[in-house]
Amino acid sequence: MRISTAKSERSATPFETWGGKLRATLFPTLLQSVVSLVLMALIAHVAYAFIDWAFIRAVFTGSDGSACRVEGAGACWPFITHKMNLFLYGRYPEAELWRVHLTYGLALAGVVPLFVPGVPRKPAILAYVLLVFPLLAFILLSGGVLGLPLVRTDLWGGLLLTLVIATVGIAASFPLGILLALARRSELPFVRWTSTAYIELVRGVPLVTVLFMASVMLPLFLPPDVTIDKLLRALVGVALFSAAYLAEVVRGGLQAIPRGQYEAADALGLGYWRKMAFVILPQAIRLVIPGIVNSFIALFKDTSLVLIIGLFDLIGIVEQSVQADAKWSSPQTAATGYFFAAAVFWIFCFAMSRASAALETKLQVGARS
Amino acid sequence: MRATSSFLCTLSFLSALLLGASPVVAQSSTLEAVKKRGQLVCGVNTGLAGFGAPDDKGNWTGLDIDFCRAVAAAIFGDGTRVRFVPLNAKERFTALQTGEVDILSRNTTWTMSRDTSLGLNFVGILYFDGQAFMVRKSLGLKSADELKGASICVQSGTTNELNLADFFATRGLTYRPVVYERLVEVLGAYANGRCDAFTTDSSQLIAERTRLTDPEEHVMLPDLVSKEPLGPAVRQGDAQWSNIVRWTLFAIINAEELGVTQSNVEAQRSSSNPEIRRLLGTEGEYGKGLGLADDWAVSILSAVGNYGESFERNLGQGSPLKIARGRNALWKDGGLMYAPPVR
Repeated sequence: MRISTAKSERSATPFETWGGKLRATLFPTLLQSVVSLVLMALIAHVAYAFIDWAFIRAVFTGSDGSACRVEGAGACWPFITHKMNLFLYGRYPEAELWRVHLTYGLALAGVVPLFVPGVPRKPAILAYVLLVFPLLAFILLSGGVLGLPLVRTDLWGGLLLTLVIATVGIAASFPLGILLALARRSELPFVRWTSTAYIELVRGVPLVTVLFMASVMLPLFLPPDVTIDKLLRALVGVALFSAAYLAEVVRGGLQAIPRGQYEAADALGLGYWRKMAFVILPQAIRLVIPGIVNSFIALFKDTSLVLIIGLFDLIGIVEQSVQADAKWSSPQTAATGYFFAAAVFWIFCFAMSRASAALETKLQVGARS
Repeated sequence: MRATSSFLCTLSFLSALLLGASPVVAQSSTLEAVKKRGQLVCGVNTGLAGFGAPDDKGNWTGLDIDFCRAVAAAIFGDGTRVRFVPLNAKERFTALQTGEVDILSRNTTWTMSRDTSLGLNFVGILYFDGQAFMVRKSLGLKSADELKGASICVQSGTTNELNLADFFATRGLTYRPVVYERLVEVLGAYANGRCDAFTTDSSQLIAERTRLTDPEEHVMLPDLVSKEPLGPAVRQGDAQWSNIVRWTLFAIINAEELGVTQSNVEAQRSSSNPEIRRLLGTEGEYGKGLGLADDWAVSILSAVGNYGESFERNLGQGSPLKIARGRNALWKDGGLMYAPPVR
């Protein structure tokens, strides 16, 4: 929209006051003033409608849906507060919730230092996040060893399940995706064909179908006494699915690396794996960070599809409570529940996108010479 | 019931074919397997008000849930030794067939094709449901025959939509269907006055009504468009298991008829009524025939109470739904609930 002359004029204007700054940025010309005013009115209107619904007309207290069954009532917040534990942890036993909190704490203890500049021993922290933490998390959440009571995966749910599926999906699909991308550019025809066939096959079907096959078809091919954990089926499905998409993103990065880099690595006498690990991949992955984060955010949101196989992630459990708990039924229960779920999803996705932006700044991706 | 997209239909069809093709798994006794596991595994709805849904604390409640607890109590003398597997409409039969669950207690309509060609058997009827109409009280309608020319909101791709067409065709009446993909949209359209009537299964209709701002302003018409007998099902080929599940159902119905409740069951063991004495195992050895203890029915009733108690707690006056017994009353009260005697 903005034209270059306006920009140069603006930079010449001294910003002495807030008013001057506002006028210069929002109302430099008649056309831009009109656009600014229209958009401001629109934003104010939407914001007012939201505040009116979420606060002014909202119901904040009550012990069942009848409190919200009032003419003209807004959001039904007691529905959220009464069900908070169900939404956050599913049916995970209340006495064992400390294990979930400890797992979250261990995750933060590993991930946060990675993004803080100046923290020493980052390779060691990375090794903890990738190798030690998953094991600890599995033992803590699932139990059955070290005197921790077993908590079956069918009791996991809500935000906990969303995070488990997303984290495992991301952690498993990333190395798998890189391997697939390398295989697709391999000089060995059979490796290349296999990888291409896999990627094209998986990208050609919707995730819903993969999950549906895993839950309905797979048991038919297994011996009658063998049942594979439902969550495990979903995790494998999500990881294999996401790996195919990630492979294509990484391949884009690999193709963007100039031929000279490959030749230089060869000239140094590096073998295939060392060449890839030390020369090509670090540059290639740096280039495609936005694409990778994009895939991860998509994966995070796709986790809600596990509802189709009877697992209750955050959206699933909100939907279940909205649909099936007659105690809380009111005209606004559904809107409130879905708003809550959307807000939680937004917080996580926004955090991922901020983390990616920070990483890009640090690696100076945009400033590639 | 639910609208399905076509590729899911195709997949369901393929799995049904596979089911038909594979020989029914020769079961070693299900009872033995359940006892060995120490837990009953019960397939339930992913969430349906009054039939199966977790409460605020995440505990499963509902009529279908109570029935699972009753079977667990009959076997273990403990109604808590049961694990619930939430199943959606597409995976429910596979889950039963492959042994992932021991019982399917998931508001499933008993139909001939399901009973005869899916490798499973229905054991009885836990709830007599049927498609019905809801209209605004202010219209003053008395019967569905007066809906001539009305616009009717219905969910697309469901048996409800087909039943609706049949209902009006057989009466030679005209109507205007207003269809939506999702039930929540159907309710929204009805609430906004885009149609005169809203139709789906009556238990569902009552649950949907509680979502309206003014539930009292809406009434259900007495006509039922279809028969939807809902009941538990088991795998075909294990007569003993099928007997246990069937007689659990009969026990809770008989108990209501005989006035045995959760609170008085211990006292009733020494009742002088021979029918009660036989049911509760004070007289005769009726549990033996099922491979259970003779006080099997006492365990059931201590765990969940009789049919009437479970109904009132989950669907009736003790619940937000406040569904009247209607067809689900005992036969002697004008309903259809009838169980063979214990003797």
